[in-house]
Amino acid sequence: MSNSGASIEVKNLRKSWGAVEVLSDVNFGIEPGGFLTLLGPSGCGKSTLLRLICGLDEVSGGQILINGADVAGKPAAERNLGMVFQNYALFPHMTIEENISYGLRIRKVPKAEKKKSVDRVAELMALGNLLDRKPGQLSGGQQQRVALARVLVSGRPLVLMDEPLSNLDAKLRVEIRSEIRSLNKKLGITIVYVTHDQSEALSMSDRVVLMNAGVVAQVGTPKELYEHPANTFSATFIGTPPTNILDSLEVAFPADLKIAGGLKLSECLFGIRPESLAFPAEDLDFKVRARVQSIEYEGKVFLIHMRTDAGTAIVVSYSGGSVPDEGEEITVGWNRDATHVFSRSDGKATTLVY
Amino acid sequence: MNKRLPLGLGFVLLVMPCSLLVAFTHYPAVRALINSLWNNASSRRPSKFVGIENYEALIADEKLMQVLTNSGLYALGTIPLAIFLSISMALLVNSKLPATGLMRLSFFMPTMLPLVAVANIWLFFYAPGIGLASQIMNFFGLPTINFLGSTETSLASMMVVAVWKEAGLFMIFYLAALQAVPENLKDAARLEGAGPVRVFIDVVFPLLRPTTIFVAVNALINAFRLVDHIIVMTKGGPDNSSALLLYYIYEVTFRQRDFAYGATLTVLMVAILGVLAAFQFWVLDRKTHYQ
Repeated sequence: MSNSGASIEVKNLRKSWGAVEVLSDVNFGIEPGGFLTLLGPSGCGKSTLLRLICGLDEVSGGQILINGADVAGKPAAERNLGMVFQNYALFPHMTIEENISYGLRIRKVPKAEKKKSVDRVAELMALGNLLDRKPGQLSGGQQQRVALARVLVSGRPLVLMDEPLSNLDAKLRVEIRSEIRSLNKKLGITIVYVTHDQSEALSMSDRVVLMNAGVVAQVGTPKELYEHPANTFSATFIGTPPTNILDSLEVAFPADLKIAGGLKLSECLFGIRPESLAFPAEDLDFKVRARVQSIEYEGKVFLIHMRTDAGTAIVVSYSGGSVPDEGEEITVGWNRDATHVFSRSDGKATTLVY
Repeated sequence: MNKRLPLGLGFVLLVMPCSLLVAFTHYPAVRALINSLWNNASSRRPSKFVGIENYEALIADEKLMQVLTNSGLYALGTIPLAIFLSISMALLVNSKLPATGLMRLSFFMPTMLPLVAVANIWLFFYAPGIGLASQIMNFFGLPTINFLGSTETSLASMMVVAVWKEAGLFMIFYLAALQAVPENLKDAARLEGAGPVRVFIDVVFPLLRPTTIFVAVNALINAFRLVDHIIVMTKGGPDNSSALLLYYIYEVTFRQRDFAYGATLTVLMVAILGVLAAFQFWVLDRKTHYQ
C-alpha cells in the first residue's frame, strides 16, 4: 500500500456511441489524495465517465491525465488504478483470500509478499476470519469490504468507485461511507466516486462534479454547490427537499431590487431553499401567497407543500409552533441574502445588486 | 389453491403417466434383469432359470471386450472434443463479430437433422477417392484413405460424425451460460491486468462449470445411446472395429435373436452408465460453484 495518491485531470473529454453524444466537453480535476464525486441523475453519463477513466471504454476525444500523463490511449491494466463496482463484482467461485489476491496473482507477486499484503488489508478491513469463505456466504456489508480490500491490496494510488453503497441498507451505508472517507484520508489515495445520492456527495467529497445530460453542470466543493448553485439544475438537484424555483412575476419584491449584468427583473427566476422560507412574512423582503396542499411531519421540521396562485409547487421546511391547516392560504417570505437569482432563458445564476 | 384434490381424480391423474413409465421404462428394465438370469426358449424346450450363467458368458466373450474397448475410446474421444468444440463455437457466436446469427444457425443445424439422414450424407464425405474428405486430402497431396473401410480409421470416423452432430446442441447450452456471466466480473479481472485468456480461464470457465457437468453427462449418454450412424455407415465393421456396446446389443438381440444374452448385455450397459454418471456428478459437483 503506497501512501500517496495520484492527481487526475480530465480535459475536453467526449464520448459518443455512434451518432449519440453521451458526454461532451467534460473538464475537471482533483489533487492527489482528494475525494472527487461525480454526481448526477441516472443517465447523465457519470458511470460512462468512470468507465472512460478506468479504461474499460474508449474515449472519443479529449485527455485523461493521471499524474500529468495522458492515459486515454492506454489499456485499463496500465493505468495503475483500482475500481469498486456497484455489485462488488466479487468472483463467486473464489474464496475471499483468492478474491483479494487475484490481482497480485496476475502480476506474479511472490508468495510471501502476497500473503503479507493480504493479511494487512484483511486486518485493515476487519476481514481476518472470513478469508476462507466464498462471497455468497457473506453479508452485503462484508462483500463491500472485500471489494474495497481487493482494490486496496494492490496499493493503487487512484481508486474509482461506481455507486458502491447503493446495495446496502441505510444504516450500513452511513457506516461504510465514513469508513471510505477515513480510508481516503488515512492512506492518502485519490478517490473518484460516482453516486446519484446528493447527500452522499455532499458529505464525503472534497470536490463534486455535478452532471446533467452528458455535460458538467457545476464543479465545486460541496459548500459551493449548496450555497452558490451555478444554475437551476444545480439548485434543484442539491439539497432535500430541493430548492424552490419561483418566477419573479408571481413574487412581491422590494422596489429597489436590481440584478447584476443588466438582466431585467422580469426575466428572472428566484431560487429559495425550503429552510429559508418562513411565515408570517410581514418583516421579510420577498413575499408570495400560497395555499397549503399537504403537510409532512419529519420529526425536526414540518415539510409544508404549497401551491402559489400561479400554480407553482413550493415546499417550506417549517420548525415553528403553529402549523397551518391544509387548504389555508398564507403568505410566505424570505430575505434578500437567501435569494438565488437565475436567468429564465438559460437557467444560469446571476446576483442581486444591493 | 388450498383445495384438496379428490382422491379419485388424483388417482386417475397419476395412473396415466405412471402406466407409461411402468410400461416403457420400469417393466422392460426389470424384464431385462429377469431375462438375463434365464436361457433362451426354443420350440422343443421352454426357457429355464440358469442363474449367472449368462454373466459368465460375458467374461468369456472376446468380441464384447473389443466392443467395450471401442465404446470406451469412443466416449473418451467424443466427450472432451464435443465440450471443447461447443465452448469454442459458443464463444464465437457470443462475440461481437458480424453474422453471428448465421453462425448460430449453421452450428445448430446438425442438431436438427435426423442422424440417419446425415449419416447417409457423411457416407459420401467419406467415400474413398470421390468423397469430400478424400478430395481435400488429395488437394494437399496426401494419399487417399478408406475411412470407413479400414480398421484404424473407422471408429475415429464415427466419432467425428457424432461430435459434429451433438456439438451444436451443447453450444446452445454454453451460449445461454455465457450470457449469464456478469459483465462486471470480466471487467474486474481485466482491470487487474488479466488478458482475454486469463479472464476466460479464471472467471468465465469456472462459472460455466454447471453447464459443463450437464453437457458431459449428456455427451456420455449420447456416446452409448446414439448408434444410428453406425447402423447406416459401417454396421460395426470392418472386423468389429467400429462396433459399440449398444450396436452389439442390437446385433445379438435382433440379428442373432439371442434374447437372453442381449438382456445380459443390456444390464451390463445400464450398470456401466449408472456408475459413470454417478462418478461424474460426484467428482465435478464437489468443485462446482452453483449460483
